[in-house]
Amino acid sequence: MRHRALLNMLEIKDLHASIEGKEILKGVNLSVRPGEVHAIMGPNGSGKSTLSNVLTGHPAYTVTGGEVSFYGKDLLAMSPEDRAHEGLFLSFQYPVEIPGVSMVNFMRAAINEKRKYFGQEPLSASDFLKLMREKRAVVELDNKLASRAVNEGFSGGEKKRNEIFQMAMLEPRLSILDETDSGLDIDALRIVASGVNKLKSDDNATIVITHYQRLLDYIKPDFVHVLYKGRIVMSAGPELALELEEKGYDWIKAQIDNQ
Amino acid sequence: MNALKQYIDLFEDNRAAIDAGSPAVLNAHRDAALNALRQAQLPRKGSEDYEATSLEDVLAPDYGVNVRRIAFSGDTTESFRCDVPNMSTCLYTCFNDTIVAGPNAVRNAGGVIVETFKEAAVNHPEVLAHYGSMAQLDDPTVALNTMLAQDGLLVWVPRGVIAERPIQLVNIFNSTQPLMAVRRVLVVVDDGAQARMLVCDHSQSKEVSYLASQVVEIVVGRDATFDYYDLEESSPRTHRLSTIYARQAQGSNLLIDGITLTNGLTRNNYRISVDGEHALTTLLGMTIAGDQQHVDTHSLISHNAGHCKSNEMFKYVLGDQAVGAFAGKILIKENCPRVEAYQGNRNLCASSQARMHTKPQLEIYTDDVKASHGTTIGQLDQDALYYMRTRGIGEAEARRMLMQAFMSDVIDGVRLEMLRDRLYHLVEKRFNGTLAACSTCASACGR
Repeated sequence: MRHRALLNMLEIKDLHASIEGKEILKGVNLSVRPGEVHAIMGPNGSGKSTLSNVLTGHPAYTVTGGEVSFYGKDLLAMSPEDRAHEGLFLSFQYPVEIPGVSMVNFMRAAINEKRKYFGQEPLSASDFLKLMREKRAVVELDNKLASRAVNEGFSGGEKKRNEIFQMAMLEPRLSILDETDSGLDIDALRIVASGVNKLKSDDNATIVITHYQRLLDYIKPDFVHVLYKGRIVMSAGPELALELEEKGYDWIKAQIDNQ
Repeated sequence: MNALKQYIDLFEDNRAAIDAGSPAVLNAHRDAALNALRQAQLPRKGSEDYEATSLEDVLAPDYGVNVRRIAFSGDTTESFRCDVPNMSTCLYTCFNDTIVAGPNAVRNAGGVIVETFKEAAVNHPEVLAHYGSMAQLDDPTVALNTMLAQDGLLVWVPRGVIAERPIQLVNIFNSTQPLMAVRRVLVVVDDGAQARMLVCDHSQSKEVSYLASQVVEIVVGRDATFDYYDLEESSPRTHRLSTIYARQAQGSNLLIDGITLTNGLTRNNYRISVDGEHALTTLLGMTIAGDQQHVDTHSLISHNAGHCKSNEMFKYVLGDQAVGAFAGKILIKENCPRVEAYQGNRNLCASSQARMHTKPQLEIYTDDVKASHGTTIGQLDQDALYYMRTRGIGEAEARRMLMQAFMSDVIDGVRLEMLRDRLYHLVEKRFNGTLAACSTCASACGR
């Protein structure tokens, strides 16, 4: 076990959230400390993506109860952009194509808005391009992709690599990887996972949302949680992921539904 | 009450003075224009071709007309510097409706002849004879212009001449009294010649009401190439009625791009007649409008010959209570095989009170052609907005970036590199709301 800071980075307490009047999260509790990797698994429709969207502030979701603190600050009171500045990052399950906005302009705006938030001067053009070059190498992202419009015409694998590239650029304290393994072939998976591992440190943390054990072979979790019907119903060490891979979710469903 | 009557009366009262100050070729068209106006009924707002614009309201105010050609006195370079600097152009300035050559203007710019109609009437009457050859007097706005026009600018690119430097015409309203300017341009690009022209509209006073009546006729010869960029950055009290006519010969390549960044009310008509085979037509437009801005586009591309291609795209971003309108027709006549025509009109309504009217039309009388159109009116992509915000880009900045991105393909269509770069800058400033604070220009035009 690596060194643990005493302070929790993320503290989710009894979080309830709904979309269009339908309650999806029904009391989620989760604590994440710097240096940790948490995996959140669970069957379809259990609320995994809702959890990541609520944490990053998607306007379509309404928080109906509970609280979330991020380094002691009230995360739910912040705008999505301020959450990003404070160090929260979501790698999207379906990255959005933005025709007409080049990756360069997109990243420059993101980096400089963060700098502005912390009272820093914008990065010079040469420093910025140097940073782009450096971080591109982390996920072996082609220079051609970096000069194109955001995600436009990217393959599934390229989009996911581009997510991790953005993560490398923004150096978040907490990264949520939402189904980052979906739609990836084995080579792309290895590149993406190795990118994530390169970015890992004792000061940052990762929440990996996934259906399958596969990604966890590459990104080793410290904790595995099962989200079912809007609640975390089981938490254990990495061995739980292997058990789920073998036995599926039915035994957990049965256990919970019979309660 | 027919708003045209005051102009007919003004013309009849001052006909002698108008004729005396004008070249004979302009005078020769006045009777026909007058007769057309006497019979004209102004189309009502809501009618077929005027869905969103009331011509009656535009023409009703009592604007002055500079009948006696009172000259503007002042230093043209001092009073105005264009928003498109660093561009080496042959610059001509049109104060209200009087043309003054700038310091870079040369009468014979690399073989291109640029003259006022008065000069051309003496030096090149055979070229000036094209005047009025396309203008349709059954359009009352065109008849009005033809009845009152006293001068204009001739751009003649003789056979085979390839003009390196773009020709630039800056139209400026600087009258302290309400004024109607009657502006006229004739472009004749002979066979195999190539040239580019940029026209910029400005208004120096934000308080004074102006009406610009503009008619442009463009003749593009065989295998000739011509670009015409029309950039309006006028004031909220400037109204503009503009019609651009173009006629294309075989193998010619014509690009017309109409851009409105700031204005009051604008009606832009485009009438392109493709008469020769294997011609290429590109008609682009971009409007960014907020406050009460009103921009109405009406286009007709008439394919009168086979094996031609036309590509039309107009984009609008409307905010506040802005009103946009687009009505475009592509006509492919009989016996015009293998024509490929595309028309697009894409619009973003960035506020709940902005309104867009759009009407695409295809009229096709030949079987073997490819023609299509696409029209959309939408809001900003909410998914993209959220995605950008999760990366730390604030909502206002993200909206700005998305609106700018929406325009990028139209800006990229500009074939004049300096102008393209400048447009990116101007559009950015327009979306920032800082266009009025233009540092290069003494005109306080814009918002």
